[in-house]
Amino acid sequence: MRQYFGRKLSIYALTFFIAATIDWLIPRMMPGDPIQSLLARTASGGATITPEGQKALIDYYNGVFGLDKSMPEQFINFWISMLHGDLGRSIFLHGAPVVDAIMAAVPYTLALLIPAILLSWVLGNTAGAIAARRRVLDNTILPIGYVLTATPYMWLGIVLSFLFAYTYKIFPLGGGYGFNLEPSMSLTFVQDLAWHWALPFVSLFLVSFGGWAIGMRNMIIYELESDYSRYLESLGAPQGLIRKYAFRNAMLPQITGLALQLGVIVAGNLVTEVVFQYPGIGQLAFNAIRSEDYFLLQGIFLFIIIGVLLANFIVDVVYVIVDPRTRVGMRGGTA
Amino acid sequence: MSLQVTDLRVYYRTLAGDVKALDGATFSIADKEIMGLAGESGCGKSTLGNSLIRLDGRMRYIGGSVNLDGADMPIWDKDAMVDFRFREVSVVPQYAMSAMNPTRKIGKMIGELVESRGIKYAEIKPELERRIDLVGLGRDVLGQYPMELSGGMKQRMVMVISTLLDPSLLVADEITSALDVSTQRAVAETLVSFRDHGFVKSMMVITHDVSILYQIADSILIMYAGKLAEKASTATIINEPRHPYTQMLISTLPEVGVRYKEKKLTGIPGSPPSLLKPPTGCRFRARCPLAFAKCVEEPPFVTVDTDHQVACWKATGTDA
Repeated sequence: MRQYFGRKLSIYALTFFIAATIDWLIPRMMPGDPIQSLLARTASGGATITPEGQKALIDYYNGVFGLDKSMPEQFINFWISMLHGDLGRSIFLHGAPVVDAIMAAVPYTLALLIPAILLSWVLGNTAGAIAARRRVLDNTILPIGYVLTATPYMWLGIVLSFLFAYTYKIFPLGGGYGFNLEPSMSLTFVQDLAWHWALPFVSLFLVSFGGWAIGMRNMIIYELESDYSRYLESLGAPQGLIRKYAFRNAMLPQITGLALQLGVIVAGNLVTEVVFQYPGIGQLAFNAIRSEDYFLLQGIFLFIIIGVLLANFIVDVVYVIVDPRTRVGMRGGTA
Repeated sequence: MSLQVTDLRVYYRTLAGDVKALDGATFSIADKEIMGLAGESGCGKSTLGNSLIRLDGRMRYIGGSVNLDGADMPIWDKDAMVDFRFREVSVVPQYAMSAMNPTRKIGKMIGELVESRGIKYAEIKPELERRIDLVGLGRDVLGQYPMELSGGMKQRMVMVISTLLDPSLLVADEITSALDVSTQRAVAETLVSFRDHGFVKSMMVITHDVSILYQIADSILIMYAGKLAEKASTATIINEPRHPYTQMLISTLPEVGVRYKEKKLTGIPGSPPSLLKPPTGCRFRARCPLAFAKCVEEPPFVTVDTDHQVACWKATGTDA
C-alpha cells in the first residue's frame, strides 16, 4: 500500500514539475510585450510621456517585474518565489500580488461551479438510473439529455441571458453583484449576490445534467446486460438486488468523471464567466491573456495544475476504497 | 420421472423473421440421470437449455410444456419462473468466468443472493463451506473477490453456488469449453460427484464435445438444426447409433490407437440449413448419404428400442 502511494506521489511530483515549467514557458512565448501594452494603457488614460520618460518607465517596470534578467535566471526565480508562496505581481492589475487577485476571484468561481457540478452529478445520475429502468422515462429524459449536452454552451448562455435578463428582466445581465452595492455581509448584498448567481448557475447545471444522465443510463443498461446480472437473474434474484449491483458498478466511471470536473473547477468556466461577466477565475484568466500578464496567467495555470493533480490523487484514493480490482493490482505491484 | 419436456418450441425473433432454433422437442430425464445434449453450433442445444431457466429478450416461447417433478413450469412467464429458479432448476452458465459480480466479495454476494430468496445466510453457510471443501477450494474464497480466483476456481465456485439449494435439475451449459483437458476432466468429475452426493437430482450437460459426455453422461441426446435426432444411453449412442447424423458425428471422433497419419480424420460434408426458413421434411436430408424419397416428410421422434428414440425413416424401418 505504502509502495503504491509512494510511486503515485513521485509520478505526481514529476508531473507537477513538467506542468509548471510549461506553465512558465507558455506566456513568455506569446507574441507582444506586456510592458508596452501597460504603457499604452497608461498613455490612453490621457497622460503624455516623453520618449526619454518612456525609456525610463520601461526599464523601471522591467526591473520591478524581473523581466530584465536572462531567461534561465527568470526560471530559477520563478521556482524560488513559488516555493515561498509568492506568485509574483500582476502587470494587468498594476502590481497587485497575483495571489490576492486569484483569492478574490476564487470564491465566485467555487460558489458557482461546486453547486452546479455536484447538483448536476447527483440529479443527472439519478435521472439516468431511473431512465434506464422505465421505458416511458427513457423516451423522455434521454432526448432531453441529448439536446442539453449537444447545445453549444455559449449559445445556451446567450439565449438564457437574452430571455431572462434582457427581454423579461427577471435576472441581471451580468456581474457578480450590483454596481450600486459595496461587498458586505448585509442581507441586501447576499440577495443581490444570489440574484446575479442564478443565471450562470442554471446554464452550467443544465448542460452538465444532460451529459451525466446519458452516461449513467448507458452504463446501467450495459451493467444490466452483463454476465453477472444474467447469472443472478437465472438464480431468481429479485430485480432490486440486480439493480443495486448494476448501479454500484455503473457509478465507478461516474466518480472518475466527477473528480476530474472538480479538478478543473479552479479554472472556473471561462465561457460562463465571460458571457455573464462573472468575476471568477475564468474571467481573470481571460483578462490576463488579453493583456499578456505573465505572472497572473502563470499563477492561474498553477492553480489549475494543482487542482487537477489533487483531484486525480483523490480519485486514486477513492478508487482503492470503492473498486476492489485496483486493490488486487496494487498487491501485485503492477499499478 | 424428473423432467418431462413435450413438444417445446422456442424461436428467436429477428428482423428477417423467426429463427426456429428449437422446433418441437419431446424427451425426458429420469431421476439421477445425467443427460448429455450434443450437436454442432447453432443446432439449438443452448436454446433448449436456457429456455428451461430463463428466456432472454430475443427468445419467444411458441408452444409446448415443461414438467419438473410433477409441476408444470411456466417458462413463458419470467416472474412466475422466479419461484422455480435456483430451488428447482438451476444453471452453471457458459460464462462462469464472469458470472460473479466483480466488485463484491464472493461470500457477501452469496449472502445477499440467498437472503433475497428468503434463506438466512448464517443457516446455509456451514453447508456452503462443506461444499467448498468438497470441490477443493479454500474457505477463504468467501472473503475474496472473483478476480482473485483462477478460471478453474471460478468455475468450481459457480458450480457450488448454482447447486447450493439442491435443485432438482441442473443445466450445465458448455462449462468445459474454455478449460484445458485436465481441468475439463476435473470439472466433469465434480458434476458427477454433485449428483452422487444428491446436490442435484438430475442434470443436463450441454456440450459440443461428445468425448466429455462419454466420460460422465448416462444418456446422450443428439440435436440437429433445431430438432431432436436421437436419444439413447451413452453406450448405445457411441456403439450402435441409428440416426445417420449420429453415426457420422461419432465416426468423426478420433480413436485411441489409430495413427491419423495413415487414415485421415473425416468430417461431415456440407453445413446445417438456415433455421430462418428450414427445409421441409428431415432437416438432415441434404447432407445425408441415405436420403430417399420418404425424407421429404418429417420423420417422427419415435421409440425404436428400450430408452432409445430416433427421428429417421431409415432407422425406424419404414422403407417404402
